[in-house]
Amino acid sequence: MKLIEKSQYTVLKGNYAVAHGVRLARVEVISAYPITPQTTIAEKLADMTATGELKARFITVESEHSAISAVIASSLAGARSFTATASQGLALMHEMLHWATGARAPVVMVNVNRALAPSWNIWTEQTDSLAQRDTGWIQIYNESNQEVLDTTILAFKIAERVYLPTMVVLDAFILSHTSEPVEIYPQELVDEFLPPYEHPNAINFDDPRAIGAFARPEYYMEFRYNIQKAHEEALRVFKEETELFADMFGRKYDTVEEFMLDDADYVLVLAGSTATTAKYAVAQLRERGEKVGIMRIKLFRPFPVEDVRRVLSGRKKVAVIDRNVSFGHSGIFYMETRAAMYGAKDRPPIFGYVAGLGGRDVRPQDIIDIYEDMKRREEPENIIWKGVRV
Amino acid sequence: MSWAWVEVKPNENDLMHPGHLACQGCGATIAARLALKVLGRKAVFVIPASCWSVIDGAWPQHALQIPVFHTAFETAAIAATGIRAALDMKGKHDVHVVAWAGDGGTFDIGLQALSGAAERNENIIYITYDNEAYMNTGIQRSSSTPLGAWTTTTPDERPEDKPKKNMMEILAAHRVPYAATASIAYPDDFIRKLKKATQVKGFRFIHLFSPCPPGWKMASNLSVRSARLAVETKIFPLYEIEDGEVYTITHWPKGLPVEEYFKLQGRFKPVLKDPDRLAYIQRYVETQWEKLVRLHEASHGYLPEEARATIRSAI
Ligand SMILES: Cc1ncc(C[n+]2csc(CCOP(=O)(O)OP(=O)(O)O)c2C)c(N)n1
Ligand code: SF4
Ligand SMILES: [Mg+2]
Repeated sequence: MKLIEKSQYTVLKGNYAVAHGVRLARVEVISAYPITPQTTIAEKLADMTATGELKARFITVESEHSAISAVIASSLAGARSFTATASQGLALMHEMLHWATGARAPVVMVNVNRALAPSWNIWTEQTDSLAQRDTGWIQIYNESNQEVLDTTILAFKIAERVYLPTMVVLDAFILSHTSEPVEIYPQELVDEFLPPYEHPNAINFDDPRAIGAFARPEYYMEFRYNIQKAHEEALRVFKEETELFADMFGRKYDTVEEFMLDDADYVLVLAGSTATTAKYAVAQLRERGEKVGIMRIKLFRPFPVEDVRRVLSGRKKVAVIDRNVSFGHSGIFYMETRAAMYGAKDRPPIFGYVAGLGGRDVRPQDIIDIYEDMKRREEPENIIWKGVRV
Repeated sequence: MSWAWVEVKPNENDLMHPGHLACQGCGATIAARLALKVLGRKAVFVIPASCWSVIDGAWPQHALQIPVFHTAFETAAIAATGIRAALDMKGKHDVHVVAWAGDGGTFDIGLQALSGAAERNENIIYITYDNEAYMNTGIQRSSSTPLGAWTTTTPDERPEDKPKKNMMEILAAHRVPYAATASIAYPDDFIRKLKKATQVKGFRFIHLFSPCPPGWKMASNLSVRSARLAVETKIFPLYEIEDGEVYTITHWPKGLPVEEYFKLQGRFKPVLKDPDRLAYIQRYVETQWEKLVRLHEASHGYLPEEARATIRSAI
């Protein structure tokens, strides 16, 4: 019997899929602080560590700032380390997100996308994670609970090959608290995929180093250059590891997912679980003979410029649907997509839509409306609000 | 003109090598040298933003002969906790993980993480070298700055008007197994306390008085003398608290007038010109000291002979 045949099929909420991913990755140090809709991740991992199902130290800190600080330190000291948060918690961590990258701590964090206050709002929106764009974290967005489990495992592999912290992102409630069938792989198979973690600078009393010491202008810039090079390497590593993952586990992921794109004149671009709704809408549009498909962005940092160009060049029109906004400009995936397409051959006009902020539903009909609106429009616009009452 | 070079060879047994970047007479360097004599090579220092972020040296060099983890200003206690957790998971229980933080990183911005680690009784040693201000950023007040002192944010026209925060009481309220004050002017006392700390499990705290010549506006040869006077004037008593309950004064001071200590330092110039304030501070010091003596008495059931001389009012 092949190892993969020992998998168990079960029904899991997204947050529990995360916890099983963390367990299968044999994480050694966990620190997390409760925040809706992340809380059940922390609770599940507390259970798993209490029963011994997962042999790890769970540090019950007094804030997210301390949660991330703890796992950066434990990761640098040589233990595989994990935290999870959302929204306000992620914003509170901001200083340490830069620290994790600068110190080259391959921590993995799950962020459950939730809108930022005020007004208090616990529902899904991508602005929390996207606002951390320039902290140097690898960021991977997900569409289903299976993908969440798989990506949690993949994240450790990628992070630890390039020594960059990695954020796995899922939507509040739509994934975090919704049950879906999930395949849980046997431990032995995950062990084959993910070797034990080591850090080259971990504590060594024979060669006592100062980690994170101040660097004068004659050295600092090279550290930053190395981080950029690591991100470029991460793009290659992402491709390699998702291929290997497909061979071993039978599920293939890529930097971007292409849906009904073969002959598509029109492309909808988006990330996260809204893609499932969009796929349903696009299937309906296809039945009406519309030549439309979807490019779902999975890898946000490093940004897959080549893949985005390959997929979008030569199309008639593109609409980017953002569940986030960078005030004073536009949706963030839109901004990134446009920047990637600048200078590409046969660049289509790109239209920016902002929808579904603060958990407002994005329904199949909304997707169809956006598609028809884009088709009608002559001139691209940076920010077209969908579903706002003004 | 010719230069004469004197090569300074590090002492094999000294875990703090020459070439560090502190000012002349820096109490915080004396503090680290003494600490490492007790801790030995199997120790890790976790250093938040502070003068010590600079003192240890610029990449790729560093003066301490043990692993050092620099961390963000408010994270000394939690970063040390994270390292402890990793070492424990790897079965390395014989390493001392030491948070080495300034007063700002301890009394102010790092207090939340410190409280968390203390309350959870994390198995780390937390040492705060207290120079009574934010020195790294150029002498701004912290909540450790003493009554009457000048800093750049409490200028001569409006000197510090609140007493120093009582960190030891905060730690005692957390019921940590061991908390002690110490001073670089009393190395034997400090070394004994740190040794004792290394033999205890759980959260251990040392509040180490550590003069800063430029920050205190005094000559660099006065660090040890000023630290000694802080103790002998009862401004900075030497004592320990076990399990948040048992108080033991470890040195009975001479009880010199506070001016003796203030006179050495330019930062107290405004107080020295203000007899009312000076008298107020003297009274404040006396009442604080008496409270401490009572706690010692309550813990041990009696007072040693030398204690009586230190109390002004009749017992
Ligand atoms: C979040 C944050 N705020 C402010 C600073 C700037 N800063 C660096 S060191 C320091 C003061 C440190 O004071 P203290 O802890 O007493 O140590 P000392 O410099 O006196 O040794 C400040 C304000 C910082 N590094 N990080
Ligand atoms: S400013 Fe003060 S504490 Fe800082 S290095 Fe100089 S003497 Fe030491
Ligand atoms: Mg200070």
